[in-house]
Amino acid sequence: MTTTPVASAARSTLAIRSENLCRHYRMGESLIRAVDGVSLEIHTGEFVALLGSSGSGKSSVLNLIAGLDRPTSGSVIVQDRDLAKLSREDLAKYRLHVVGMVFQSFNLIASMTVAENVELPLRFAEVDRRQRVKLAEEALERVGLRGRMNHRPSELSGGEQQRAALARALINRPQLLLADEPTGNLDSRTGTEIMDMVRDFNRELGMTVLMVTHERALAERYAQRMIFLADGKLVDDQQTAFVRSGIRGES
Amino acid sequence: MKIPDLTELALRNLRESLLRNSLTTVGISVGVASLVAMLSLGIGLQQMASRRLVKSGLFDTIVVTSRRELRGMGREEERTGPTPGESRVLDEAARTEIERMPNVAEAYPDIRFATELRFEDKPHLTMVSALPESAKSNDAFEGMQGSFFSSDTAAEAVLQKSFAEELLGKTPALGAAEPSVSDLAKPLLGKELTMRYAQRGASPAAPPAASTPDDLSGAAYSVVSREQKLKIVGVADLDPESMRGPTRAKVFLPLKLAESLHVMQPTDLREIARAASDQPVYSSISVRVKNPAQIQGVEDAVKKMGFTAFSILDASRGLRQFFAVLYAFLGIFGSLALMVASIGIVNTLVMAILERRREIGIMKAIGASDGDVKKLFFAEAGAMGILGGLVGVGLGWAIGEVINLGTNVYLRRQSLPPEHFWAVPWWLVGGAILFAFVVSMVSGLYPAGRAARLDPVQALRYE
Repeated sequence: MTTTPVASAARSTLAIRSENLCRHYRMGESLIRAVDGVSLEIHTGEFVALLGSSGSGKSSVLNLIAGLDRPTSGSVIVQDRDLAKLSREDLAKYRLHVVGMVFQSFNLIASMTVAENVELPLRFAEVDRRQRVKLAEEALERVGLRGRMNHRPSELSGGEQQRAALARALINRPQLLLADEPTGNLDSRTGTEIMDMVRDFNRELGMTVLMVTHERALAERYAQRMIFLADGKLVDDQQTAFVRSGIRGES
Repeated sequence: MKIPDLTELALRNLRESLLRNSLTTVGISVGVASLVAMLSLGIGLQQMASRRLVKSGLFDTIVVTSRRELRGMGREEERTGPTPGESRVLDEAARTEIERMPNVAEAYPDIRFATELRFEDKPHLTMVSALPESAKSNDAFEGMQGSFFSSDTAAEAVLQKSFAEELLGKTPALGAAEPSVSDLAKPLLGKELTMRYAQRGASPAAPPAASTPDDLSGAAYSVVSREQKLKIVGVADLDPESMRGPTRAKVFLPLKLAESLHVMQPTDLREIARAASDQPVYSSISVRVKNPAQIQGVEDAVKKMGFTAFSILDASRGLRQFFAVLYAFLGIFGSLALMVASIGIVNTLVMAILERRREIGIMKAIGASDGDVKKLFFAEAGAMGILGGLVGVGLGWAIGEVINLGTNVYLRRQSLPPEHFWAVPWWLVGGAILFAFVVSMVSGLYPAGRAARLDPVQALRYE
């Protein structure tokens, strides 16, 4: 097991650090240890894949880093914020400004158009209307959905919906992109399209990406590092062949 | 989230489940409508009652009499205050003084006497009374045929219905339908009456203004029999003085005309016995205040002048109390429907939370705070409240108008004058909408709190 930090010194600042992170649920009589003492470090600008079979706790770790859930014990520090110590209000602000999220089931709001879905975080951020429209158009342009901005999500294909979700994750210019099985509901060609886009965000916008997946092939192709979880515990942490082969070194 | 955004999102969400939210809003509307209907009925009834009371002259009138009168009637036990001989005479000077008091609309002498009236050479003995011009608005004249006096000095008379019957020789047969006022008025209007009366005073032709207080030359008191021709201008259904004392007059003259006649009144005799003078001395004066609420102050001031004053104040106080209780009851019953409607709001919003669990989860995941979610649900509740309130006020007003219309059709069939007993004041419109808003916000408290506390991880897992 190797825990090699990513090469370049420019990328050495920590984006995410967890220490002995635990999340336990009580379900009837039994105690479920969804996350059981995970300590990890992710550097700014890294693209990390979180792998594991279902029930391994990878989504739970993601939810803890996303600030959607609170740890039972241990700590998770993102961009110098100790999430366990933030108030509910501050945690919401953290989700709004620091984190962008995409999900397997896209999670667009069905009653809103694509443009309205994309600008929704800006409403919570109290950005005024004209600015919102402009930013939403820019974000949709970036994911190639500008022409469909006035459609409802149900009128879009799966790939288009996920692109809309990416535009929404992007709109508040977060430092961190958290993706939970982003290609899980897509065919492989559309999945590749989406992953290319995520990689672009990572490279061009300098976003730190943490992606939960169970497809090792996908992780090896796009991520620089793979973290393996099983039964809520970190079992392996390795750089992908992709990084080791030095292809990334050029960029 | 900013308020325009909240409103927009709330209205959008309400449109999404249009039927359910419409039904809830209709529920609120019905509640508001019932509240508005109940209260406006109460307000309308009170306004009608006070309008009637003001017109009747009961509640804005003080009857002033001299203390001499009372002593003269044998109330010797009253030892306090000036003795009868020293107490003030209720004369023209006193009347002017009372009339100049603040809040007094007018003060006029009560002139009432029995005399003989000739109509088509037949004599009729009856009670004659004088009316000030302000009596025009008295509700007794609402159903009057003909018109009120053309001026305060015109040689005109208004007859009471029963006297009109007497003049025409129509004695109502038992069981027969009462002749209507218009039937009685037709043959009488424009006809002439001759009134015979006894005039008092030394210089009969002199108008009252000519006599000054220190003019004691008319010590020799004379009574002259005179005649006055009167044109019948109106026939009234009700006796405008029916509620004021036992003296029921049947013929009414303009006040200034009656004053200029110097008719001998029964009470004059007592005054003559004390101080022979021809200056007008009144047995009683009616003082009308501008507003029934000011009656007590004026009454006290008149008493301070050394006169006796009466008003029916306590009755109006009791009436106000009655309406306060009536309001409370109508308000409670009206609000009941709104309370039921508020349960509808709770139900609708709780359903909405279950349905929109995932949506709430998404909003939280992309950065909505508990407060944002709470505000959104409040906005939805509030929007339903305001919409329901607006529709409800309109509905309540419409119900009122319809009932009013129906009642007036009924009143007309009974040949009674129409009555507006329905009043929707602006404060009720605003108040009802505000109340609906507040009730829906209160109803939104629990659902909004529940939505805000929703765990996003659970909500997103829920399919």
